[in-house]
Amino acid sequence: MKITKQEVEHVSLLARLHLSDQDKELMTSHLDAILTYMDKLNELDTKDVEPTSHVIEVENVVREDQVRDSIPVEDALANAPDKENDFFKVPRIL
Amino acid sequence: MEFETIIGLEVHAQLKTRAKIFCTCSTEFGGSPNHHTCPVCLGMPGVLPVLNIEVVNFAIRTGLALNCKINPLSRFARKNYFYPDLPKGYQISQYELPLCEHGYLTIDANGTERRIGITRIHMEEDAGKNIHGEQGDPCSYVDLNRTGVPLMEIVSEPDIRSPEEAAAYVRKLRSILRYIDVCDGNMEEGSLRCDANISLRPAGRKAYGIRTETKNMNSFKHVQKALEYEVKRQARIIGQGGAIVQETRLWDADRGISVSMRSKEEAHDYRYFPDPDLLPLHVDRAWIEQMRSALPELPDEKMKRFMRDYDLPLYDAEVLTVSRELADYFEACNSMAHSPKTVSNWIMGELLRELKGDERGIRNCPVTPEMLAGMIRMIEEKTISGKIAKTVFEEMYRSGKPPDQIVKEKNLIQVTDEAEIIRIIDQVLAEYASQVESYRSGQEKVFGFLVGQGMKASRGKASPALVNQILKQRL
Amino acid sequence: MNLYELTIHEASDEMRRGRITSGDLMESLKQRISEVEERVHAYVTILDRPEETKSPSSDRQEEQGPLSGIPVAVKDNMTTRGIRTTCSSKMLSNFIPHYDATVVDRLRQNGVVILGKTNMDEFAMGSSTETSYMGATRNPWNLERIPGGSSGGSAAAVAADECIAALGSDTGGSIRQPAAHCGVVGMKPTYGRVSRYGLVAFASSLDQIGPITKDVTDCALLLNAISGHDPRDSTSVKVPAPDFTSALTGEVRGLTIGVPAEYFVEGMQPEVEDAVRTALSLLEERGAVIKEVSLPHTGYAIATYYILATAEASSNLARYDGVKYGYRTENASDLMDMYMQTRAQGFGPEVKRRIMLGTYVLSAGYYDAYYRKAQQVRTLIKNDFDQAFQTCDVLITPTSPTTAFRIGEKINDPLQMYLSDIFTISVNLAGIPGISVPCGFDNSGLPIGLQIMGRHFNEKAILRSAYAYEQQTDWHRKRPVL
Repeated sequence: MKITKQEVEHVSLLARLHLSDQDKELMTSHLDAILTYMDKLNELDTKDVEPTSHVIEVENVVREDQVRDSIPVEDALANAPDKENDFFKVPRIL
Repeated sequence: MEFETIIGLEVHAQLKTRAKIFCTCSTEFGGSPNHHTCPVCLGMPGVLPVLNIEVVNFAIRTGLALNCKINPLSRFARKNYFYPDLPKGYQISQYELPLCEHGYLTIDANGTERRIGITRIHMEEDAGKNIHGEQGDPCSYVDLNRTGVPLMEIVSEPDIRSPEEAAAYVRKLRSILRYIDVCDGNMEEGSLRCDANISLRPAGRKAYGIRTETKNMNSFKHVQKALEYEVKRQARIIGQGGAIVQETRLWDADRGISVSMRSKEEAHDYRYFPDPDLLPLHVDRAWIEQMRSALPELPDEKMKRFMRDYDLPLYDAEVLTVSRELADYFEACNSMAHSPKTVSNWIMGELLRELKGDERGIRNCPVTPEMLAGMIRMIEEKTISGKIAKTVFEEMYRSGKPPDQIVKEKNLIQVTDEAEIIRIIDQVLAEYASQVESYRSGQEKVFGFLVGQGMKASRGKASPALVNQILKQRL
Repeated sequence: MNLYELTIHEASDEMRRGRITSGDLMESLKQRISEVEERVHAYVTILDRPEETKSPSSDRQEEQGPLSGIPVAVKDNMTTRGIRTTCSSKMLSNFIPHYDATVVDRLRQNGVVILGKTNMDEFAMGSSTETSYMGATRNPWNLERIPGGSSGGSAAAVAADECIAALGSDTGGSIRQPAAHCGVVGMKPTYGRVSRYGLVAFASSLDQIGPITKDVTDCALLLNAISGHDPRDSTSVKVPAPDFTSALTGEVRGLTIGVPAEYFVEGMQPEVEDAVRTALSLLEERGAVIKEVSLPHTGYAIATYYILATAEASSNLARYDGVKYGYRTENASDLMDMYMQTRAQGFGPEVKRRIMLGTYVLSAGYYDAYYRKAQQVRTLIKNDFDQAFQTCDVLITPTSPTTAFRIGEKINDPLQMYLSDIFTISVNLAGIPGISVPCGFDNSGLPIGLQIMGRHFNEKAILRSAYAYEQQTDWHRKRPVL
C-alpha cells in the first residue's frame, strides 16, 4: 500500500474536504493505484538534475508602485454567499 | 538551577509602499471594510499577481542596512492554509530562496555591544482582518482591505539572551527601518509586529530546550513583559520537574499573562512550493549598488559621529539618533545655535516632553529648529533668562510664533539695568522686613526666598545673576 | 450552403463583400443551435442577446478586421464580465465575474461576438467532459462517444457548427485531444504566448489558452487576436507576436519533420497509426524531410504531469471555500464544518481526487519524493525536446492513441483515463506549442487527429506544416450528420 486510509483522512483534513466512510475507501484505492503508478519515476536517477518550475525563462516582471482605483465594494461582495455591512460573513471563528 | 534564556524574534514589518504588493489597490490604513480591494487581492478566480518593484527595493535596502547578503536569485512560494482572512487559501511568501540572508544588527546590552544575527528577510503579503461579533453572535466578519499589503518578515538567530535584549533588539530594528524609510514602525497600528520563540537551557549546556512561541506583543513594553512572563513560566515548570510543551501562546496585555492557542485543528502543514504565477527574481549587482548608494547614515554611525563631532555624552547621542527626524532636527538647530550640549538639553528636555503625546510628531512640530536656535541665542546674549526661556518655549510650542516676537509681545526682555533692579530689591527688603531680620540673624536659607521674591517682583524678567549680586550687596 | 457552416475567413469575406451581415450569421447559428444543442450539449450558457457583448469599437468601420462580427464560443473557464462563469462546477454555478479575461477583452476589441460559454470537465480536470457538473457533452460524430476533454464543449460546438470558432484551454492536452476526437483544428500555443489573466487556474505552470477552429487559417486568425504580452500576467512573454497567417504558404520543402519512436507503441489503435503514417508520406511527397528521433523520457510524462498538475491545482482550488463567492453549504455547525462540507458538496469526484493527490504530494515528508522529483523529470522531458529540435523543425505524432471512447467507459477508472493523455502531456511539460489537425477516420467513422509540435515561440512552423497538409486533404471539410 502506498497510502493508508489514515493518511487519506489526514490529507482530507488538510484539504478541507469532508469524505464519507465510503468516499474514504474509494479514495484510498484510487490514490493507491495512482501513487503506485508514479513509482515509475524512481527508475530515473535525477541526482544532478535541476528542477524546473518555469519552462520559459523570462526577465524579472514587476510593476511600478502606482495606486489605481479599487473596485466598487458592491462588486467585491456581489457573489458573496453571506455578507453584512460591507463585510463578508462567516461562521464564527473560534 | 541556573538557566540561560534563548530568544529568537520574528518581526513582521509593513512596508510603506503606496500600492499593495501584487495589485494596484491602496495600502492606506483604515478605510471602510472591503473598499480597498480588487479581483486580485480578493482572490477571485483567474486573476494573477504582478510584483510591485518598490517592495523589492525596500527589502534590499533593509537587507543592506542589516548587513545581509542579498541573494542574486530568490523565489516566491505559496504557504497553504485555510482561514477566512486569506482569500486565496494560500499566502504568497518566500521559502527556500529568500531575498536576504546572514545579516546582523548590534544592540547595547548593559553598556557592551552585542551582535544579534539576522537569519533571513523575506517578502510576503499580509492577510485581511477577521472581526468577531459581539458575545452570542454566531458569526465573524471579514475585511480584506489589508490583504496584499506588503510585509517583510525579519527573522533573528536565537542570539537574544534576555527580555531586555529582546526589547532593545526591536527598538533598534524599528529605528533602522524608520531611518531607511521603509516602515513607519507603528506597533499599535500593527505596522510592526513581533513574535518570539523562547526556550531555557541549564547554564553551560549546548543543546536548546523545547521552545514556545509568543504572539501579539504590540509595544516594546509588552515585548519585554510578555517575555519576562514566559521565562518565569518556563522556569517554574522546569523547576517543578515538568516539561515544556511546544505551543503557540497569545499575550494578553490587559491581564499581563499569555494563554495557549492550542486549537482543535491538526498541526500545520503549509505545503510550501514555488509559486508558478511569479517568476524567479534576479537581483544583479547594479541594482544592489543603486540601493546601497541611496542608504542614509544609519543610527549607529550617526550616534558615533554625534559623540565625536559634537562632543555629546553617549546618552545624549543615543536619544538624539533614535529617529532620523530628531537627529536632523538637532543638526539643523545646532548649525544655527553652535552650542551642541545646550541644543541637546533643550531637545531632550522641553522638546521631547512636549512631543510626547502630540500626534503631530517632530516632522510637524510647531517649534522649528530656527526658532529653538533663535531662542538659545537670546539666552546666550542675555536677552532673556533661562527661566523666562522656558516660558518662551512653551509659548512657541503653543502658538508657533518666533521667540523674538513672543519676547516682544509679552515684554519678557531680561532686565539688566542695575538701577531698576536696585529699586525692585529695595521694595522687597521693605516688604519682607522680618525675613530680612532672620537672614541677618544667621538663617542663610532665607536668601533664596528673597531672590525668589525679587524675581517675582520683576515678573521673572530680572537677570537672576544681578538679583543675586545686588541682594547680597544690600543685605 | 448554410451560413453556420462557414469558417472565420469565409464569413469575413462574405461580410466584407456585403453579401451577409453579422446578424445573418448569428441568426443562422441560433437556428443551428436550436436544432442540435439538445443532443450535443456543448454549451453551459448561450447568450440570448450576444450583440450586447460587443464593444463599441466593433461598430467602427476602419477597425474592422477579419474577426469583426464573427460569433465565437468561449470555454466556461475564462471570465466574462456580467456573464456567469462556472468552470462546469457546482462550486461556481452562480458565479458572475465583473472582469473579463484578457483573451475575452482581446476578442471584443477585435469585434468578435461572444456567443456563449462552452461545457468542460469540471475545472478542466478530465479528458472526456464527463466530469462536468452541467452534464456530459456528446461527440457530434457519434452521440454515444465522448468529445474528448477538457475543452469538449468548445470542440463539439465547432464540429457541430454551433459556433464559427471557439477558445479552449490546454493543461495536458485539453485543446488538442478534443479537437482530434471531434475532427477539428486545435492549438495549444507556447506557454506565455497568450495571457492567462482571467483563465480560472487549474495548473498554472501548464495552462494555456488556444483556438479551436474549423481549419488552420482560422486557427492563425484567432491566434493573432489573442496572442501578445499582458502586463497582468507575469508569465506572459514580451516576445512580439508575428502575423501567424504569414506562415500559411502551403510550402514544406526542406522542412525537417521528426517522428519520435516512443509515440508509436503497442496499444495504439491501428487506424490511428496508419492515418498518421499516411500523413507523413504525404508531407514527404511535398518535399519535407522525415527523420526518426527519440524522446526517451516520454514514458514518464504522465506520472510527472499528474504530480505537478495536481499539486498546483490543490493550491489553486483552495480559494473555493464558501467565503467570498461561489457555493456555500447550508447549516454548517462551525467554520471548520463550513469548509469541509462546502468543498465536499461543491466539488465533484475527479476534482476531489486531484485535490487530495496534490495535497498529498506536497505534504510534509513527501515533497522531495514526489514534487521535487517530478520537477526534475520535467527538466529531462524538456531536454528531450531541446535535443530533438536541434535537428528538426517540427515533430509529428498522433494526438491520441485511440479515437473517442464511449461515454462511461473510463469514468470509474481514473488511472486509465489519465493514461489516455499520453501523447499530449509532454508538450505542456516542455511549454512548447502543439496543434492537432484532422487526418482521417477510423473504421467506425470517428475522426483521427495529427499532432504537430514545434519549438518555443515557433507556432509558425507548426501552422506552416499543418496548412500544407490541410491543403492536400479534405478531412477538415467533413461534417458530422446530426
